[in-house]
Amino acid sequence: MEKDKPLLKVENVGIRFGGLRAVSDVNIELYPGEMAGLIGPNGAGKTTFFNMLTGVYVPTEGQIVLNGKKLNNLPPYKITRNGISRTFQNIRLFGELSVIDNVKVAYHSQAKHTLFSSILRLPPHFAGEHEMEERATEFLKIFSLDRFKNEKAKNLPYGQQRRLEIARALAANPKLLLLDEPAAGMNPHETRELMNLIAFIRERFDLTVLLIEHDMPLVMGVCERIFVLDHGQLIAEGTPAEIKNNPKVIEAYLGEEVS
Amino acid sequence: MAIFKQAKFFWASIVVSLVLFAVVQFLITGGMLNLFYVNTLVFIAINIILAVSLHLIIGITGQFSIGHAGFLAVGAYASGIITMKLELPFVTALIIGGLVAALAGFIIGFPSLRLKGDYLAIATLGFGEIVRILFLNLDYVGGASGMQVNHLTTWPWVFGCMLVAILVIVNFTNSTHGRACISIREDETAADAMGINTTYYKVTAFVIGAFFAGVAGGLYAHNFYIIQPSNFGFLKSFDILIFVVLGGLGSLSGSVISAILLTVISTFLQDYPETRMIIYSLVLIVVMLYRPQGLMGTKEITSVFSRGQKLKGGKKDGKGQTVA
Repeated sequence: MEKDKPLLKVENVGIRFGGLRAVSDVNIELYPGEMAGLIGPNGAGKTTFFNMLTGVYVPTEGQIVLNGKKLNNLPPYKITRNGISRTFQNIRLFGELSVIDNVKVAYHSQAKHTLFSSILRLPPHFAGEHEMEERATEFLKIFSLDRFKNEKAKNLPYGQQRRLEIARALAANPKLLLLDEPAAGMNPHETRELMNLIAFIRERFDLTVLLIEHDMPLVMGVCERIFVLDHGQLIAEGTPAEIKNNPKVIEAYLGEEVS
Repeated sequence: MAIFKQAKFFWASIVVSLVLFAVVQFLITGGMLNLFYVNTLVFIAINIILAVSLHLIIGITGQFSIGHAGFLAVGAYASGIITMKLELPFVTALIIGGLVAALAGFIIGFPSLRLKGDYLAIATLGFGEIVRILFLNLDYVGGASGMQVNHLTTWPWVFGCMLVAILVIVNFTNSTHGRACISIREDETAADAMGINTTYYKVTAFVIGAFFAGVAGGLYAHNFYIIQPSNFGFLKSFDILIFVVLGGLGSLSGSVISAILLTVISTFLQDYPETRMIIYSLVLIVVMLYRPQGLMGTKEITSVFSRGQKLKGGKKDGKGQTVA
């Protein structure tokens, strides 16, 4: 991958719900291997923006291009297969499924055995399921989740659920990982662990990461570049130091915390 | 390892069910079971097919469909036409009955599975009624007075179909495809975000469920001498729904057990026609009061056999708590 060619290119993207412009005229470029943050006050349109990137909402204006491929109008599952994977603000695990099965669901689109071979229990089924089992077990080890392998996902402690959600998103083999408030509801200790985890996966999986976060120390600590949304518009972008001193940002967002 | 264990259990359950079949067959040919009991057994098997086919749609994929009697009716009439009007053999009738119902499932499912929850329920309920009224007004199949059908359904037929239905649905569920369906039930947005083609799997589950309901329809039709549209009203849909809910949403063994239980109860209550529905309803209320999650909850009967593994799971639980 060329380092100077953007992986994700968001051009003049906006969305309107009836008369309300939730997000308008956003331009963002993300380069391979970059670690970027998206911040902004509540209701600024951050999650809406994520939902447009992942196809949950279809933008009414502009276009989203990943690796030269236009993603607007693709359904979410196709966008995931094209390389954007995400976690959710309020954890959305498959609660009744076991931890390993949660990961296997993310492998599903790469499965080679067909419905037909599964129903008739033909050899490809066993080979495919066996491979999935092995891969998923190995994968869980990376995240030290293998000891919970057969536990139902809903029974995991909160921090581990967050971890599993990130693991599951990575199992879908993304080029770009979107994390929606990964530290929400975590104590400082868990947040520190999460920061290590994010740094680790970025190295290990050669990823580009975009994260939404309210925890300023976390954002400033791990992100190289930060985008600031306010009232659906991009008001600033730059390094953490630049953002900290940007008067517009201080007015819109940090001002409350600084004073 | 797990796969071999699964295979072992699989063959064990096949052997057990074949033994069960052979014993009943022996009793029938030996004249030791009277017609009433044979008929009850046939009914149980048909109801099991209906229960597991709806279990796939509601319990596994989480799509609340309450028009299952519609597929039953489509299968019943289609197979009746094959044997009575076209005079083809019973096996063709069953297969075509299933296929026509599956086609109906596809036609209904594709647009209506965009709906969620209550809206889907209402749409499928409407479908069931449309089917019934369609047959009511179709003179080719006898309209309200019904259609004459030969009695062809025998114990081996129903048992064979039941076994195939259960096998297909179990195999489907315990594969990556079944997991895809369960992930839709658990959280459709997340399933979508994980690269699951949710529409495809919802429609597939619907079509497979409709197929077996159609086969059950073929068996049902040829178990009587006449079929009438009034056999397939929405109350029939609710009967099937009750099997699935009472057994525990998401548990195949639960829906089988409750299909057996409720069929037996309602058959034996036929001797008391005045109080039948009252007692039947009381049974439902009592079960729902004491086991709101259904007879089996989300567990399968197989987990009862793997207690040892469960204990290990318990230990892991302890570890997890110390981490938290």
